[in-house]
Amino acid sequence: MCGRILADLGADVVKVEPPGGEADRLQPPFVGDVENSARSIPWLAANVNKRGVTCDLTSAEGRALFARLAATARIVVESFAPGRLAELGLDDILRDTIVVSITPFGQDGPFAGVPASDLEVTAASGSLWLAGEEGRPPVRTAQPQSPYWSGMYGALGALVALHSPVAQRVYVSAQAAMTTVHPPAPVWWDIAHEEHGRTGPFLLGRSNVGSRFRNLWACADGFVSFAIQGGPIGRHTGRMLRQWMAEAGNVPAVIAAIDWDRFDNSTLSQADVDALETAIAPFLAHLTKAEFFDGVVKRKMLGYPVGDASDSLADPQLRARDFWRTLSPAEGLPPLPFPGGFALFDGERPTVRRPAPGVGEHNVEIYGEAGVSAEELARLRAAGVV
Amino acid sequence: MTEIATRPAAPARGGALSGIRVVELGFAAAGPLVGKYLANFGAEVIRLESRLAADVFRTTYPPFKDGIVQPDRAAMFAFYNDGKRSATLNLKHPTGVALARALIGKADVFVESFTPGTVGRLGLDAATLRADNPGLIVLSSCNQGQTGPHAFHPGYGSQLSALAGFVQLLGEPDSTPVLLYGPYIDYVAVGYGTIAVLAALERRRRTGAGCTIDLSQYEAGLQFLTPTILEFAANGRIPGRRGNADSVAAPHGVYRCAGPDRWVALSIWNDGEWAAFREVTGIDGPATAAERRVSRVQLDERVGKWTATRDRDEIVRLLRRKGLRAAPVLAISELFTDPQLAHRGMWPVVKHPTIGEMHVMAPPFRLATTPSLQVSAGPTVGADNDHVFGEILGLSLDERRRLQRDGVFD
Repeated sequence: MCGRILADLGADVVKVEPPGGEADRLQPPFVGDVENSARSIPWLAANVNKRGVTCDLTSAEGRALFARLAATARIVVESFAPGRLAELGLDDILRDTIVVSITPFGQDGPFAGVPASDLEVTAASGSLWLAGEEGRPPVRTAQPQSPYWSGMYGALGALVALHSPVAQRVYVSAQAAMTTVHPPAPVWWDIAHEEHGRTGPFLLGRSNVGSRFRNLWACADGFVSFAIQGGPIGRHTGRMLRQWMAEAGNVPAVIAAIDWDRFDNSTLSQADVDALETAIAPFLAHLTKAEFFDGVVKRKMLGYPVGDASDSLADPQLRARDFWRTLSPAEGLPPLPFPGGFALFDGERPTVRRPAPGVGEHNVEIYGEAGVSAEELARLRAAGVV
Repeated sequence: MTEIATRPAAPARGGALSGIRVVELGFAAAGPLVGKYLANFGAEVIRLESRLAADVFRTTYPPFKDGIVQPDRAAMFAFYNDGKRSATLNLKHPTGVALARALIGKADVFVESFTPGTVGRLGLDAATLRADNPGLIVLSSCNQGQTGPHAFHPGYGSQLSALAGFVQLLGEPDSTPVLLYGPYIDYVAVGYGTIAVLAALERRRRTGAGCTIDLSQYEAGLQFLTPTILEFAANGRIPGRRGNADSVAAPHGVYRCAGPDRWVALSIWNDGEWAAFREVTGIDGPATAAERRVSRVQLDERVGKWTATRDRDEIVRLLRRKGLRAAPVLAISELFTDPQLAHRGMWPVVKHPTIGEMHVMAPPFRLATTPSLQVSAGPTVGADNDHVFGEILGLSLDERRRLQRDGVFD
């Protein structure tokens, strides 16, 4: 993902894989459910916009070849186990290059070499602790998130390093990356010694008296995200809710009794909150996600439906901003919609412009650019180096 | 009359971003955290704020030190804005706007996170500011972007995380989704926003050109869900909640250990790991990964039975000794004592004038030669007015006193 972000910004990113391709090419699910190295959905998502070469870094000739390639680069991104780069003798080669190293726990420290997947990294970050129903096991997001966070912070670190006068190493820890995704929970512990935990669909941290607020509600065809809130927009939301209920013909007494101009959610007791929520639930339960979305947009209220992939693709706001970029992500695959660039720069959106590389697809082109002759490349190919 | 705050200017700091000046107008997390990361690496970041329209993190969101609701006791503000300066300007006063414009004229980056159109109505739109200062980089970060039918819809990160599809991926498959704690998607947008600013600065170094960046927090968040979009488009399936199940690993889950609310996460990725796991635990099950995935539920029960009577950290030690993947589900309080996070300096201690000693958060990436510098918490309201209006804008003490009387610094 780190390389993908830099590639999205226009950098010429070259993926270096072992001969035969990297193991991640076989991560499920696959396009059309056909399992092969050009169809892995998570792999394609991370590798469009890049070119690719193969190189056997375990051979001396491979390392010499890599050195010639690396000499053309300002940034090298790697995710070997800590110490492996030095073991391969690549440390010296990369002395004048920014090297971004992304591993589960960082390059040093008591657990640096410990292997971990998304689940363990998320567990060790506190994120798992905060997700799930009270008393039941913590749960993780079904689309693994730590590779994205680590990759994003890797790209961020690379760009900070680009501004410093010296080439230097950037060490990303996936555990640390996932620790940044759940403030204010650490603030609550640090300042108030309050341990936030799993609360299912409820929000904590909005109350000075410890009340919690429902944030996810059943609606007619799924769920919506809505909460009783304070502050100017929260009060506006409450006022509009009362009006919306009135238009529908029934304002429950507890809602009608509130002076929304003075409403302060942070001092409500849990009993008050429960009474309000009991009155709101039936109103939301009869709305569809689409009706709810139209209603809150029209009234500028806080709240959104709980969306999924199909909702995102149909979303009028994303369409109006020309967000999606359709591209066949590898040779022979159907065109698929990719999220377009993450921001507009002077009105222009970086695009998804190039399919993910086949195994060694750009060997001739890229090694040629690095000054490797056709004869030499043929010899390296015969020797199994590329 | 309020005293004009006097504080010596902070010493020049060495950092990868030293020499870069950032001016920021915004609130809550999504805009201000961009400035935090830039400040952590040495940029001078000036938060412009007003006592008349203070950040909700100063006024509304607990916790406050000793439970006293007061802007300089707001822990959220202090945590999210470490390393910055604060200067107060009343932007309802024309002179306030003129001073903001003059200050941004001397900056490299301007970050704002208001509802679209707000800075434009003040006369602080990107076109005006870049006409003053052609090399300026303007980052506008908001919920849904500066254009489009939902541009003006108000929203907070926790609910936008639901709209984008994160929440519907969290929970048990046969149950309701659960909350993704905090304004998750805001933090995604913070990372991308900071990346966008640094990329624009890099382009400016080569071309001299400034840049106007329109960042939609929604669009930033969707980057992290790319595979779910592709899966739906390619295979017609909408990815949903799966508990802790994985498509490859089995067992792959979170299991209760001895003691109250103690849990361990572990995963077995291939037959070799399974053999080692069996050796340690004595748990029986199918020899091939495909069969283990099919009998996931029974396996989870057996693993849960084995872990239930054992100490969490002892289980982690046993499994890691065999090279297997296992980790404690750390409670938030434990993040402050975890030896690995401590080794990385995840929680620098700083001293806040009102709150006292508190922890701030280190960037999760470490630069070996120019590490992050975190020496102060978020500033008190207007702590740097002297420096900003006196030293940077060159206003005399008399002028500043007059402006203060006129309410320009409210």
